Formats: sequence, structure tokens, C-alpha cells
Amino acid sequence: MGKVKCECGHVNPNGTILCESCGRALTEEARQEKLVDMRYEGSARRSQTYNKTIIDKVWNFFSSVKVGIWIIVLLLVAASFGTILPQEFYIPSNMPAETYYEDVYGTFGKLYYMIGFHDLYNSVWFSALIAALGVSLVIASLDRVIPLYRALKNQRVDRHESFMKKQRLFAEQSGTLNASELENVKAELIKKRYKVRMENGALLAEKNRFTRWGPYVNHVGLIIFLLGALLRSVPGMYIDELLWIREGETLQVPGTDGTYYVKNNGFTLENYEEGEDPEVFDEAINRVGTVAKNYQTDAVLYRDENNELPGAKPELTEVQSDAIQVNQPMKFDSFAIYQTSFRQDEMKAMHFALTNKATGEEYGEITVDLFDQQKSYELGNGYKVELLGYYPDFDGFTEAGEPTSKSPLPNNPAFLFNMVTPETPEGEVSFAQIRNTMEPLGETVYKMAFKSLDTRDVSALTIRKDLTLPILAIGGIIFMIGVVQGSYWNHRRLWIREKNGQVYVAGHTNKNWHGLKREIHAVLKETSIPEPEDRQKE
Amino acid sequence: MSNLAGVSSTLLEASFFLYLAATILFGGSIRQKGLRDGEGLNRWGKLGIIVTVIGFAAQLGYFFTRWAAAGHAPVSNLFEFTTFFGMMIVGAFILIFFIYKTAVLGLFALPIAIIIIAYASMFPSEISPLIPALQSHWLAIHVTTAAAGQGILGISFIAGLIYLVKNIDQSVSTKKTKWLEAVMFFIVSVIAFILITTGFAAADYKAEFDYVNKEGAAANLEFTVPALVGPNEGSLLTEGKMEPLAEMPAFINAKKLNTVLWSLIGGVVLYVLIRLVTRKRVAALLQPLVQKISSDLLDEIGYRAVLIGFPVFTLGALIFAMIWAQIAWTRFWGWDPKEVWALITFLFYVAFLHLRLSKGWHGEKSAWLAVVGFGIIMFNLVAVNLVIAGLHSYA
Repeated sequence: MGKVKCECGHVNPNGTILCESCGRALTEEARQEKLVDMRYEGSARRSQTYNKTIIDKVWNFFSSVKVGIWIIVLLLVAASFGTILPQEFYIPSNMPAETYYEDVYGTFGKLYYMIGFHDLYNSVWFSALIAALGVSLVIASLDRVIPLYRALKNQRVDRHESFMKKQRLFAEQSGTLNASELENVKAELIKKRYKVRMENGALLAEKNRFTRWGPYVNHVGLIIFLLGALLRSVPGMYIDELLWIREGETLQVPGTDGTYYVKNNGFTLENYEEGEDPEVFDEAINRVGTVAKNYQTDAVLYRDENNELPGAKPELTEVQSDAIQVNQPMKFDSFAIYQTSFRQDEMKAMHFALTNKATGEEYGEITVDLFDQQKSYELGNGYKVELLGYYPDFDGFTEAGEPTSKSPLPNNPAFLFNMVTPETPEGEVSFAQIRNTMEPLGETVYKMAFKSLDTRDVSALTIRKDLTLPILAIGGIIFMIGVVQGSYWNHRRLWIREKNGQVYVAGHTNKNWHGLKREIHAVLKETSIPEPEDRQKE
Repeated sequence: MSNLAGVSSTLLEASFFLYLAATILFGGSIRQKGLRDGEGLNRWGKLGIIVTVIGFAAQLGYFFTRWAAAGHAPVSNLFEFTTFFGMMIVGAFILIFFIYKTAVLGLFALPIAIIIIAYASMFPSEISPLIPALQSHWLAIHVTTAAAGQGILGISFIAGLIYLVKNIDQSVSTKKTKWLEAVMFFIVSVIAFILITTGFAAADYKAEFDYVNKEGAAANLEFTVPALVGPNEGSLLTEGKMEPLAEMPAFINAKKLNTVLWSLIGGVVLYVLIRLVTRKRVAALLQPLVQKISSDLLDEIGYRAVLIGFPVFTLGALIFAMIWAQIAWTRFWGWDPKEVWALITFLFYVAFLHLRLSKGWHGEKSAWLAVVGFGIIMFNLVAVNLVIAGLHSYA
């Protein structure tokens, strides 16, 4: 790689526009300009210097802020398309997406689904855009930060007058600098927390250089964040399971390889009530109707001590017992269990009485557990009921007269009983549902009369493990530090020097020029040193 | 308790009228330049800022008394959030005012805040209890920070708007004058919406409908302004009220569309009236008010507001939001429409900053961007809550 030697003797990297040390223009273009472009201090950026190999071209493409902005704008527009209609994961889970969008939103919905916008954020092209943004962040930052660092580190105090003349804030005057006056200015500048260096009778005051690193710090934070998000797909880093658990049930916690079990000791749903809750809420409760106050599962977490032993029965020891509420998940190891949803009053058991139709006399009651049925229920004295068939989600009869069930969930249970009594030793068949009995095989003497129903609630718990969270947190914190560092301070410099009977004053800031002007005014107003003027004013 | 709530409402009303008074005072002060290196603030300007600060203090009083009455930070529904957002615009204005001492900024910032607070009061304003998902300290932390960020970003919109009013040539009709009028028309429509809603509420207009909803079930709906468009298979139950001119399909919320239609019609009427009476564009009417302020300063105020507001917005609307989402909804990010639009807002201001730093988009371009940015913020506040259903639809 070639080097460029400046007249002042400083050796600059190839491609440097303004000498890192004295600030002289090193290219013909820079010599022609009225004001120098100070964005990256005229430093040698790779992207502006090489453009031959494929690597150069890729580097130059992604280092361009213009390309970066295009990626950002494309992401922004694409993201907005995903909010026109609900995404696939927000539509009711019992409806297939193929038909849902057309059914609810008509032709537009069909089109939306066909283009793939129903699952936009998981699409390959959306991921590719985010990846492009990540690449752009890395390359664009590297392309700038290293040369910028060099340039700011190598800058001299006595900049060449051609450099000063091309600053936005500039003044010159014939005369000489008064040494004691310059000392006063220095003292004033130090009071304003400038770092002041003096060499060869020239002065450089600089403050908040660290703010120039803000953008690069926040880019590093973003890159860490994106890498963290990428890590989610590594096995073992991320678990997201939904567990429906009925009151009283103890189930294995999915995702823990059988180490943990959870028991549902009861689900509670509370609403706000007038009279019980603060009076100020009455008006709102009256207007809306019901407002939920609490969803809670009282849960006990167990560890299976025999999990390591193959074939052994689980031996559960209690680990912790906790009320899981919305906003208050139960935490253990790197897992959290959340209250996500619920279903109230799921049927648990049904009670029937064997009844003589004519007299209405009952010969005993049976309880059918909908999750654990018996083949036959003995009532004594020669009375017994046999369960011939159980249809948890009864859906009508086939043409052959067979009852059918559309799902294994006890949503609409129906039973085919055979009633054996001393009168009818062969048995009579009764088809029983809630509040309904039928006699499919002819008239009977007895019937199975529905008595009552036991119900219980079901909680839906989300089991979540996300080992990427600490990485995301670090990325987020670094990002915020970088953004604040770059936004809330300004990198200000003031140059004063005398050469050949001329006094030159120049000022530069990366932003907030009014602030710099006010500061320079305060420092120079009582002196003979000319106040630099803004040459970019309207 | 309810006594405290009463005090709270009174304080809010007081702040509303104080902001109105401050606007008038700032109006009286616009002869001065508003630059620090020039003259100081004149008496009108000083009074203006004093009244603004008193108004802000009154609104803070509203906020904390309501907090005490409700037992939770009053940012839990659209009325509360929008009111708070208006307050944050005033707060951000006060902050920027003490840096730059510009009275003209107040002349525009306060009316915008007034309109936003008035808009807020169109929503049910009773104190409501918190649903389980909102019962967290993160409600106060996340929502107030996000609103503060949006309020500060709002100041960049106001500086940009003044910049455009000042610098766009009103002697000829151009694309620019038309776009600026579109912004003005939007503001006029919001005012029309407030007037119409308040008017019909005063007349106690109520028209009940039976209709068939999106899920195909029978439902009931009450219109509080006459129904220009009615719900799907709707039948009017209240006697003597207007029958809808057209019926909407089930997936369109007829009541909301009806409100939008009323606002647009009201906006057109009000806007045309202004144009007919004054024979000038709205922006041209405002132009004489802003002649004295330096465009350079406006540009810097706009940029400064973005620089101050962007980190606050990011912290509140993305980072705190993600932390809370992880706790309440089990995941830090779920592509909920509100989340997506917060991300879009973030990306937009990222683009704004990069265009400014690298492409040199200063002055007018920057001002237009600030206006668009605020448009996105308002869209996220209004449309995403009311039109696009999601987890954030609390109103």
C-alpha cells in the first residue's frame, strides 16, 4: 500500500484527502473546494480509495451510507406491510390460514396470503434485509472509524492556514497574538472544559472528542443484538412451549427433559367488582361491563429425582410453590413459566342415575370420569351399568347409526350404556347426553337420567427459556450508551494561530453550531482576537 | 378518592386554558427575533413562558392527583396517554425554549399541544382499573418514557413546520405549497373532529344498531354521531335518528369509518371556509408570523430535538418495551402492530439522522422529514390503536 507524504513531513495512508497532521489538502479536488468536508476529517477511507477487486466492490457497496439508508427504508416499508392485516400467528388457531384471509378479508385477503405477507417477518427476504443491514453496519463502521481515529490522534496544534481558511467558522486579521491575552483565552476555555494544547504559539482547544465514537459504539451494540437474535436458532438456546394443565393435574414441564413437573393447584379468574374495588373504578366498570383483575394459577414445581435412572418411576420432590400471574412468571434455573391463557369449566365427570321410567324410582347413581372411564359400574342388588361406548365430542350418527366423536376433548360427551337389572338381565341400551337420553335399539324400561356435572378450569402456561437474553441485554446497553454518547455531546474545536503577521481563528463542531458560536463569542468578546464568522449562513 | 379525581380534572382544565392564554401571549411577542445574540425576550415572551410553565405545573398536578386517585400511573388508556403526550410536547417545548429562547416556537407548539389534549378528551375519560397485563411498574416506566421521546420528537416537527411555513414560496402554487396545505388540512380536520364530536355529545346524540359482526355473530353498536355509513346488515333501533346512507362489509368497523368520514367532511368545510374568507392558503396566513426567526436556528432546533428525543424514544418505546414484553407477554418481541410501528418510527429517525449526517439533508429536506416523522408517530398513536387491532388496543 502506498503512502502519501505531506509537505509538513507527515506520512499519511494512501487515499488521505486532508493531511492527518497539518490539514493541508492532498488531492486536487480538496484544493479546489471552498469549505473542506470535515465529516471524517478528510481521512483515508478504504471505500474511497480502492475499487478493483470483487472484495473492493462488495466493501464499497456496503460501506456506503446511501446503501445503508436504502436498506433501512426498505425494512421500514416492508415492516409496515405486515401490519395491514393480522399476521398468521395472531389469527384464531382453529382456522387454517389458507381460508381465513379470504373468508374474512375477501379478495384482498386472498392476495395478501398468496404474496406471503401473512407471515412476512419470517420470510426469507425480510431476514435477508436484516442480514444486509447487519453487514452494512459492520463494513460502514470499519470503513470510517479507523481512519477517523488516526486523523484525530495525529492532528497537530498548528494547522496549516489553508486548512483553517476552509473551515465553516473562520476569521483572519493582520496583527500578532498577545501572549498574555492568549493565556486568558486558554484559561477561559479550560473553564469551559476544553482541553487546550499550545505549540509554536498556536492554540488548539478541543472538547468531547469521545462523542465522535458514539455512532460506532451504538453500531457495535446493534451488531451484538443482531448476533444474539441469530443465536436463538442454536439448539438449546431457546425453548417456547405451551402447556395446557387442568386443575389437579401434575404434568411434565416440556423442554426440561423430564427433570421438572408442575402441578396445577387451582386456577383463579377475578373481575373488578363494584363495592369491593375502589369507588373511582365504578364508572368504568359500569360502562365496559366486566374488567378482568387477575388470572392466576397456583402452581407447585417438582423435580424428578429418578429422572437419571432409566425406567424408574418418577420420584417428585417439591422445588417451589408459587402463584403464577400475568406479569409474575414463576422462575427456576433459566426457565420461566407464564400465565398465558385459560379455559373455564371444562367437563370433568358426569353423574347419571339408573331410573325406572314408569315409576321414576332410582336404583343408584354412577359417576363417569370423562378422563378415566370404567367398563362397568356395579350398583348392587343385581343392578349394574356397562359402558358400551364413549363419545367425548359427540357429533351425530353415521348412516349406519354409529355415534361419532369429532375430537378426543370432552366438549359434548355422550355415552352408550347397557343397563342390567333383575328385570332385564340381558340389558337395555340407553344413549345418554347432558339432559338428554335416547333409546336407539328400541323402547326400554329403564333409562340413564343425567344428574349433574363436575367441571374444572384449565390453565395454559407458557414455558420459556431464552439464553440469548443476556447477549441482547448487553447489545442493548452498548447501543444506548453509544446513542447517548453521540447525541448529547458535541465535538468542538477552536484553532488560533499566527503566521506571517496574520492571525487566524477557525472553529469546528460536528453539530449544534449555534452552541459553538455562543461559546466562542463568550471567550473572545473581550479580546483583540477576531471572532470567527459563520460562512454557511443563509 | 373521588374528590381527588375531581381536583385532577379541574387541574387539567386549568392547564388547557393556561396553554390557550400562553399562545396568545406568544402571539404578542413575535415581533422579536428570538436569537440569543440579538435582543433578549420581550415582556410578552416572558409572560408567555411563565404562563406556559404554570400550565405545565397544573397539568403535572392533574397527572399526579389522578395517579393518587387511581393507584396507578394515568397512562393506561387512550385518553390518559394522549393527554400525557400533549403534556410532554409542552415539557419538551419548555426545555428547548430555555436553550434557544424562541417565542415563535411556542406560538406553534402550544396550539398543537392544545389540539392533542382536546383530541384526548374525545375518548372515555373515567378512571379505569388495570387489566392483568397492565399491572406492572413497567406501565409507568415504559409508557412515560416513550411518550416523552415522542413529545421531544414532536418539537422537531414543530420547528420543521415553522421552517416550511417561513421558507416555502407562497406567491406561486407548487407541489410544495400543496403538500404543506395537506398538512394544514390534516390539522384542520382534527379540529373539525373535535368540534363535531363535542357538538353531538352536547346534543346527546345516540343511535343504536343491531348488526352482524366479523365473526358472523349478532352484535350491538351505539353511534354517537349520525351514521353516514352503517354496520354490516345493520338495523337502526333508535327511533327518529338518521338511517345510514350506505352499509359496510363486516370486516370494516363502520363506527370508526363513520367518524373518519365526519372528520374529513368537517375538515373540508372548515378548510374551504378559511380559504374563501381569507383568499389565502393556510400556510400563507401563518407566514407573516414567522418572518423574523432565523431559518438556520429553526433547522438547528429541529435537529437538536431529534438528537435529544431519539435516544429517549428508543429507550422507552423499544428497550423498556422489550423488557416489559418479556415479563408480561413471555417474549420481548412479537411483531404486534404497535411494536412494528415503534420500530418503523425508530428506523425512520435513523434514516433521518443518516441522511442529515452523510447526505447533507439540512434545511428544507430535513424539515419535511421531521413532518413525516411526526406523521408516523401520530399514525402509531391513532390508527394503530383504533384501526389495526392488536395487543395495544386498550381504548
